Amino acid sequence: MTDTTTTPETTIESDPKVPVIRIVREFAAPPERVFRAYTDPDVFVQWLGPDQTSVRLDRWDAVSGGSYRYTMVRGSEELVTFWGSFHELRSPDRLVQTQSMEGVGDGAILNTVTFEELPDGRTRLTDTTLADSFEVRDMILASGMDEGVIAGYAKLDELLAAG
Amino acid sequence: MAEDRLSRVFGALADPTRRDIVARLAVGDATVGQLAEPYDVSVQAVSKHVKVLEDAGLVTRSRDAQRRPCHLEAEVFDLMTKWIERYRRAAQERFRRLDAVLADMAEPGRKSDERKGEAS
Repeated sequence: MTDTTTTPETTIESDPKVPVIRIVREFAAPPERVFRAYTDPDVFVQWLGPDQTSVRLDRWDAVSGGSYRYTMVRGSEELVTFWGSFHELRSPDRLVQTQSMEGVGDGAILNTVTFEELPDGRTRLTDTTLADSFEVRDMILASGMDEGVIAGYAKLDELLAAG
Repeated sequence: MAEDRLSRVFGALADPTRRDIVARLAVGDATVGQLAEPYDVSVQAVSKHVKVLEDAGLVTRSRDAQRRPCHLEAEVFDLMTKWIERYRRAAQERFRRLDAVLADMAEPGRKSDERKGEAS
């Protein structure tokens, strides 16, 4: 599917030398507002989950040194729970957090989101995820992360079976 | 089981040298000797890496030819491209929802600007 010209392009980079995923996207809103969409619990739950999926915040203490835990829910089914620490929240330009997926391994990824001010009240967002191994990085890529590991694996299974 | 194969694929690709070998085989077939050239390791070491890739089903080697060139399985390369594209599409969908929420926030008095519990 091709994006329409009115929608900014989402670019994604997977570095061959370090286990990183980098996503870049521009928004038609100033950094203060985009930052708030990432940290205000009432706003955050409105956009994170895919269609038919809601986000249930189990814990949300959006300050430097605070922590969070949230569960993706579809109907009565809990898909996946993410938890971690807010390492640094520096409004409006920088957010650093750790993240683990409950029940999946012992590792944590380090996620850094920067909000760069552009002319005309726009923002360039750069989301960098650093995993502790290429294996974990590829698993994140393969699962689509927010679709939930199980859903992602089911689709991968189909692809592998077809191959 | 698909899950076992998946684990082998992830395991095989966890090593930087093997990722590099896969990237080079994506350009064209090559012998173990050719693959070993740019590395500061023995042909035997590269041969071991190729064996891991073979066991994961990522690479095949022809039986008959004398040189036994390594060949990257096309559907595996497709699979990696699909992972990244699907991940990109999921991010794009998420950011489109964020676009709408940001536009909402710009209009004062809209739902997203109200504090919970202050409605009464």
